[in-house]
Amino acid sequence: MIAAAPIATPAVDLWAIAPIIALVATGVGLVLIRALLRRNQAVTPVCFSVAVVGLLVAAGLLARQWHRVRDDGPIVSLADMVRVDPFAVFLGIVIVAATLAGLLLAYAYLRREDLEAPEYFALLLLSAAGMLMMTTANDLVVVFVALEVLSIPLYVLVAFDRRRLRSQEAGLKYFVLGAFSSAVFLYGIALVYGATGTTSLSGIATFLAGNTLFEQTTLLVGLGLLLVGLGFKVAAVPFHMWTPDVYQGAPTPVTAFMAAATKAAAFAAVLRIVLTAFPQYRDDWRPILWVLAALSMLVGAVAALVQNDVKRTLAYSSIAHAGYILMGVYAASSRGREAALLYLLVYAFMAIGAFAVVMIAAPGPDDAKHSYDDYRGLAVRRPVLGGLLIFFVLAQAGVPLTSGFVGKLELFGSVAQAGETSDYVLLVIGVLSAVIAFAFYLRIAWTLVTAPDDDTAVAAAYSTRPRRVDGWTGIVLAGAAALTLVVGVLPGTFIHFARDAVFF
Amino acid sequence: MNARDILDYLGIIPLLPLAGAVILLLAGRRIGEPRAGWLATGMMALAFLGSVVALFALLSLPADGRLQVNQVFTWIPAGTFSVGMGTQADPLSVTWLLLVTGVGLCIHLYSIAYMHGDPLFSRFFAYLNLFAASMLILVVADNLLMTFLGWEGVGLCSYLLISFWYRRNDAATAGKKAFVTNRVGDVGFLLAMFLIIATYGTLEYTAMAPAAEIISAGTATAIALLLMVGAMGKSAQLPLHLWLTDAMEGPTPVSALIHAATMVTAGVFLMCRAYPFLEVSHDASVVIMWIGAITALLAGTVAVVQPDIKRALAYSTISQLGYMFLAIGVGGYEAAVFMVLCHAFYKGCLFLGAGSVIHGNGDNQDMRIMGRYRKFLPVTAFAMVIAWLAIAGIPPFAGFWAKDEILVEAYAHGDYGVWIVGTVAALLTAVYMTRLIFLTFFGNARYEAADAAPAVPVVSGGSDEGDPADADGHDGDEDPFEDHPTVVFGEPPRPSRLHGHRPHESPVLMLVPILVLAGLSAVGGLLNLPFGKLDFLHQFLEPVFEGAKGVKATTAQKLTAEGLSVLMALIGVSIALLVYRRGLRSPDRDPLVDRLRPVSTLTGNAYYWDAGVTRFVGGPGERGASWLNRVFDARIIDGAVNGTAWLFQWAGRAASRVQDGYVRRYALGILLGTVAVLGFVLLWAGR
Repeated sequence: MIAAAPIATPAVDLWAIAPIIALVATGVGLVLIRALLRRNQAVTPVCFSVAVVGLLVAAGLLARQWHRVRDDGPIVSLADMVRVDPFAVFLGIVIVAATLAGLLLAYAYLRREDLEAPEYFALLLLSAAGMLMMTTANDLVVVFVALEVLSIPLYVLVAFDRRRLRSQEAGLKYFVLGAFSSAVFLYGIALVYGATGTTSLSGIATFLAGNTLFEQTTLLVGLGLLLVGLGFKVAAVPFHMWTPDVYQGAPTPVTAFMAAATKAAAFAAVLRIVLTAFPQYRDDWRPILWVLAALSMLVGAVAALVQNDVKRTLAYSSIAHAGYILMGVYAASSRGREAALLYLLVYAFMAIGAFAVVMIAAPGPDDAKHSYDDYRGLAVRRPVLGGLLIFFVLAQAGVPLTSGFVGKLELFGSVAQAGETSDYVLLVIGVLSAVIAFAFYLRIAWTLVTAPDDDTAVAAAYSTRPRRVDGWTGIVLAGAAALTLVVGVLPGTFIHFARDAVFF
Repeated sequence: MNARDILDYLGIIPLLPLAGAVILLLAGRRIGEPRAGWLATGMMALAFLGSVVALFALLSLPADGRLQVNQVFTWIPAGTFSVGMGTQADPLSVTWLLLVTGVGLCIHLYSIAYMHGDPLFSRFFAYLNLFAASMLILVVADNLLMTFLGWEGVGLCSYLLISFWYRRNDAATAGKKAFVTNRVGDVGFLLAMFLIIATYGTLEYTAMAPAAEIISAGTATAIALLLMVGAMGKSAQLPLHLWLTDAMEGPTPVSALIHAATMVTAGVFLMCRAYPFLEVSHDASVVIMWIGAITALLAGTVAVVQPDIKRALAYSTISQLGYMFLAIGVGGYEAAVFMVLCHAFYKGCLFLGAGSVIHGNGDNQDMRIMGRYRKFLPVTAFAMVIAWLAIAGIPPFAGFWAKDEILVEAYAHGDYGVWIVGTVAALLTAVYMTRLIFLTFFGNARYEAADAAPAVPVVSGGSDEGDPADADGHDGDEDPFEDHPTVVFGEPPRPSRLHGHRPHESPVLMLVPILVLAGLSAVGGLLNLPFGKLDFLHQFLEPVFEGAKGVKATTAQKLTAEGLSVLMALIGVSIALLVYRRGLRSPDRDPLVDRLRPVSTLTGNAYYWDAGVTRFVGGPGERGASWLNRVFDARIIDGAVNGTAWLFQWAGRAASRVQDGYVRRYALGILLGTVAVLGFVLLWAGR
C-alpha cells in the first residue's frame, strides 16, 4: 500500500526517540522512587532533582539531534511513523523548556498548597513525553496516541488541587470535553484512512499526489474533523469554551505549562498534518483556518475585555494568541511556518512569565484570588514583581523592544506576503484584535500601578504577608524576562533559529 | 594578531563608556563623589587608548587598504533587506574616534572639578559617558541605521545634559527646544534612509559609492539634501540653528564637549560619509556650500554684539560649523575634517576657559562686568589668548591653517561668491573673538563698579554674618542668576555676584585640560601643513574620499587666498582693539553696539528669527493645535474611540454570557463548530 514511500525498514532508531525515552523513563522512575521512599522526608527533593536531571538529559539529546538533523537531514524511523526533523526538534526544545518551567514553578507551589509533589512531577514528564511524540509523529495513529499520552496526565494535573473545588471542576470539564474532541479526531482519522488507505502523513500526501479522488467528500469530512480535534487542543474559537474555566481552575504552574507546551505540541500536529499530508487541498483547509484564526483573535480579545479575574483574562488572551499563530498556519508558506514557530517560542516565555507572577502575587493561601482588586497596586507594593507582570503583559500586547512585537511582526508579515484580498482582510482583523487586546493588557498594567482605595479587600491584601519569591521561581522569571527582552532587542539570532527550523 | 584582527574589535571602544554609564546609572549614588567622576574619566581614558591602538593598526596597513568592515551580527533581518550591527574602521572613523575620546577625556577630567559639590554629580558623569558611547557608536557604525542609533543617542544625551539643572525653567525649556528642533532635522535623515532603501536597498556605507554611480542624479540630489536636513539640525545650520544658543543653559563642560567639539560635528561626519552623492550631484553641493557660507556670515554678525560670554561662543560655533559645510560644498572634505579637529581644540579650550571664568567670578556670564581678569586668572587668560589667536586665524596657530585651507579650496574651485562671504566671515571672527578676550581679560576692571552699586538689592535681610551666598538662599527664587544665568542682548548689565570678593583662578584639575587644548590649538596646524609632503591629514584621509574631484590649488591661488585672509584677520583684530582696548567706559554702554545702531539691534537679536519662530508657533500654531484638540480630537477621535470601546465591551459581555460554566453548553459549542466546519466542506469545498 505504501508503495511510493521510501524504503521503510522496520528497524528502530533509538537515537530518534531518545528524548521521549528519557522523559518516559524519568517519569516511570519517579513513580518507583515515590513507592520506595514512601515515608522518607527527602522524597520530594529527590524526585525533584531526578525530574530536573531527566529534563536536562532530554534537552541535551534534543540539542544533539538539532545539529544532526539540520546538517544531515531528517531521521525517519519506526516504519516511517517517527520523523525527527528541524521542525520537530525546535518545538521539542520549546516544550522541554516549558516543562522545566512548569517543574521549577511547582516546587514551592506544591509545598505551599500542601500537595503531593512526586506524582505531579511524574505526570508532568509523561505529558511532556506525549508532546515530544506529537512533534515527531508522522502518522495519524501516532498523532492520536501522542494526543492521549499528553492529555491524560493533563486531566489529572488540572484537577491536582484536591481541596479546591474549582480545580476539580476544571479537571472534569477538561476531561469530558477532551474525550469528546478525541472521539471527533479519531473519527476524522478513520475517514481519511477510508479515503486514502493509509494513515501515514507522507503516505497520504503521496497518494493524493498520485491519484485523483473520484469522490472527495469522505476525505474532506475527515480533514474537517481532524481540524476540529486539533482546534480543541489549540483552543481555537469556537472550540475554546473549556479554556477560561480550565486555565482559571488549574493550579497556576499547570496553567503556565499548558499555555506554553500544550499549544506548541498541538500546533506541531496542525502544521504537520495540513502542510505535509494535505498540501493539495490547501484551498479547502485554508478558509477553515481563516475563520478559526479570525474568530479566535476577535473573541479572545473582546471577551478578555470584560473579565474581572487576571488569570481568566490571561486565558482569553491565550485564545487570541492561538488565533495569531493560526494566521501563520493559514499563510501556508515557509515564511508563515517560521513566524508560527517563532511565535510559539516567544509566547511560551511570555505566558510562563506572566503566570509565574500570578502564582506568586495572588494573595491568600489557596490559588484562588486573582481578581483585579487583589492585584491593585501590586507594582507599588512590590515593584520588581509588579514590574515583571507589566513587562510580560506589554510583551503579549506586542509593544516594541519585546519579543511579542517581533513575533507579531513576523506573523503579520507572513500573511501580508501572500497578498490576496482575503489575506489582507485577515491581517486587518489581526491588527484590530491586537488593538482591542491592548485595552485589557493596559488595564492589567494600570491596575498594578494604581494605588488601592481603602476597601476591605485591599486592606486584606496589605495585611497578608507578601509571599516570597523562591529561588526556582526566580530563575524562571529571570529566564522568561531575559528571553522576552533579548528577542525584542536583538531578534536576528532567533529569527534565524526559527528559519532553520521550518523544514519538515 | 595582525592589524585587521585588531580593527575587528573596534566595537569595544563604544562599549567602554557605555559600561561606565550603566554602572553609574545603577550604582552612581553609592559610588559617590569624586569616584564616580574618576570612573567615567577612566573609561574615557581606556577608550582613548583603544582609539590610539586603532590608529596605529590602521597606519600599519597600506594606504589604499585602510578599510576594515566587521559585521558583528545581523540586527534586523526583514526578508531581502537586512541591517547589521557592524563596525567600519577607516581613516575617517578613526579620526573621529580620536577626537571624541581625546577631547572627551580632557573634558571629563575638567568636569570632576567643575561639577564638584553638585548633588547630581554621579548622574552627570553617567550622562557624559552615555553621550560618549552614543557618539562613538555613531562614528564606528558601518551603516546609516546604526549611525542613526548613535545620532538619536547623542540627541537624547544632549537633551538630558542641557536640562541637567532641571529645576531651572530656562534649562528645561532649552532642553526641549534642542530636542524638538533636532527632530525636525531627523525627519530628513529618516526620509533619506527610506529613499536609500527604496532605490538600492542597503544602508551600508561601503555600498554608497557604487550606488551613487547607478542611481539617477535627481535621486542622488534628494538623498544628499535630505541627509543635509538631518545634518542641519544636529550641526545647527541655518535655519535650524536656534537651539544651539539656548543649549548654553547646560553646564559649561557640556557646552564644550557636546555643543562645540563633538556632537555638532556629527553633521559634518554624516556628509563626509555621504560624499559619493555630493560628487554626482552638483546642485546639492551648491546648496550645502551656500547654507554653510550664509550661516558662517550671519552667525558671525550676531556673535559680534553678544554680551554673554557663552552665547558669543555659541554663535561663534555656529559660524565655524558653517565653514565646515562650506568646505564640504566645495568638495574639500579633508579640509572640513581638518577644521573639525582644529575647531575642537580651540573651541574646546575657549569653552573650558569660559567655564573657568564663570566658575571664578560667582557664576557671572556677562562680559560687560568682567575686565582685567588676567590679573586673577592668569593661566586661563594665557590659554584663552592662544585659542583666540588660533580661531582668529593668526599664523602659525591651528585655526589659520584650517580656515585658510577651506578658503583656498573655495577660491581654487572657482566659487568666488562663497569665498568672499567666507573671507568676510573671517574678519568677523577676528572681531568678535578679540572683543571677547579684551572684554574679559584686559581693559578696565568693571566688576568692582558693578559690585558697588547693586541694581537689585540682593542682600535684603541684612545678615551680618555668614557668607552672602547663604543670604541669597533665603529669598531663593528672587535671585535672577539662579533662574536665568544667560544674559541676552539688550538686557542691562547685572550686578556682580562677587560681593566684594575677587575673581579667583580655578583648581589645577580644571587648568590642565584647558592648557592641553590650548597647546593643541597652538600646534594643531602641524597635522596638515600645505607644504609638499607635510599634509599628513590630507594623505591619511585621501583614500576615504576616493574619486572625489578635488582641485589642486596653484601656489598663486594659495598665496592670494591666504594673504587676503590673514589681512582680514589682522583688520578684524585691529578694529576690535581700537574699540575695546581700554575695556568699556561704563558696563551699560557697548561702543560697538551704540555706533552700529540700528544694525546692531537687528544682529544682536539674531535677526529676530528665533523670536519670529516662537511667535508663530506660540500664536497661530498654538491656536491651530488647540482648535484641532477641541474639535477634531475631542469630538471625532475621542468619539470614535469611546464608541468602539463601548461596542467591544458590549460584545465581550455577550460573549461571556455564553460562557456559563455548564459542560453541556461547551460541548454544544464544539458540536456547532463541527457542524459548521462540515457544512462548509460539504457545501462549498466539495463542489
